[in-house]
Amino acid sequence: MAVMLPNIMKNLFSRPETRLYPAEERILYPHTRGHIEFDADKCNFCTLCSKKCPADAIKVDRANKTWTLDGYRCIVCAVCVEDCPKEAIQMIEQWRTPAFSKTVEVYEGPKPEEKQPEA
Amino acid sequence: MAKIVTPFGPQHPVLPEPLQLNITYEDEKVVSVAPAIGYIHRGLEKAGELNDFPQNVFLVERVCGICSFMHGMTYCEAIEDIMGVEIPPRAKYLRVFYSELSRIHSHLLWLGLLADAFGFESLFMKYWAIRERIVDLMEMTGGHRIILSASCIGGVRRDLTDEQISIIEKTLLEVKNELDHVTPVILKDYTVKKRTVGIGVLSKEEALTLGAVGPVLRASGVAQDLRQTGYEAYGELGFEPIVETDGDSYARAVVRAREVYQAIELALEALHHLPEGEAQVKVKGNPNGETIQRVEQPRGEVLWYVKGNGTKNLVRMRVRTPTYAHIPALLKMLPGCEMADVPVVTLSIDPCISCTER
Repeated sequence: MAVMLPNIMKNLFSRPETRLYPAEERILYPHTRGHIEFDADKCNFCTLCSKKCPADAIKVDRANKTWTLDGYRCIVCAVCVEDCPKEAIQMIEQWRTPAFSKTVEVYEGPKPEEKQPEA
Repeated sequence: MAKIVTPFGPQHPVLPEPLQLNITYEDEKVVSVAPAIGYIHRGLEKAGELNDFPQNVFLVERVCGICSFMHGMTYCEAIEDIMGVEIPPRAKYLRVFYSELSRIHSHLLWLGLLADAFGFESLFMKYWAIRERIVDLMEMTGGHRIILSASCIGGVRRDLTDEQISIIEKTLLEVKNELDHVTPVILKDYTVKKRTVGIGVLSKEEALTLGAVGPVLRASGVAQDLRQTGYEAYGELGFEPIVETDGDSYARAVVRAREVYQAIELALEALHHLPEGEAQVKVKGNPNGETIQRVEQPRGEVLWYVKGNGTKNLVRMRVRTPTYAHIPALLKMLPGCEMADVPVVTLSIDPCISCTER
């Protein structure tokens, strides 16, 4: 115990190692992989993200222009973010919050007829 | 005296993962041990045959929570070997850096767990507080506290900026300074020595015969470390394995405590010599052929076998992890021990059952 004594004395008079959460929140790093956010306006529904996703969390319907994310399957690997040719998927540092039920996020893109309004 | 058989595990305070040892005692002395594994088998090798081969990088990182990066790296090396891809020098140094960061984090976690196994909770707390600094570095660089996902086929996905490098160097030196206060406790403290010296002895001959790897082998006096083979950038960094000769639980703790310092030195050296340039090359095509890759993980040698047939799915993926190699050695260490020493001896091999059972 004698070798540990200086450490113990230091512990007695030093600040706690832990934070007083939720009063003091942890600062997230700019590169933290928190969750992904999708921008339907930029997406061209090429389905690349869906093909590359290792967790099978993204489903893209090219015909109906829908983009579906199962956030509870997503492993936040950022492959979709890196491979998206239109930069429609962004990585956000904040982690996903807990929820009472598992939900799926569905985004709808502009329909073909809406894209070409009558002159 | 009649013999009694008592199960140790699968749920036991000292075991983070489910391993069962059916131990036969005579009075309080261990006579023989029969292991039972299979509680945490997830079929990852089969899953690897169903996924596309680039997606497997994220799957194999989940073989183990602690040596996550190194499993991913070894798999990437194997695919690169089959496809004949030469990765850029910067990627090789970054892989060394990330590997050593994982090693520091793994060894600090284990040293804390060892302290906890014999009830030295303040030491456990100190080690885990230091480890938290390393885990923060992993989040800053890889984006996640444990699963770095930094390695990819063709190099490294997560390059380091100059600003990050200066923060890492500063933090690693601070960690080294903090360790200087705590490591003497493992090396010299009466309580620690009382619980570990001469307990769970594995001789040099037994270690070699039973195929022990990593720190367990080096603690028994065999200077064998796969980093000597110079994979990635280890050949250019200069490296000597750390060896102890006693082969007991104390020697295994000392090897790991000293390896933390060595890993800090290697990580700093890798950052110091980090070449300029790209960290990743584009890889096209599918793997066709088979290969074996070996890497020194924190727990010892891991062996990956990968076979592809020119399609995007692999034909076979197989992994032999260090804990799997250590179970025969553990069965040799335990007989002759006291009942109260079983947790410490079991922990001294640094068991990772998720790895073992995949």
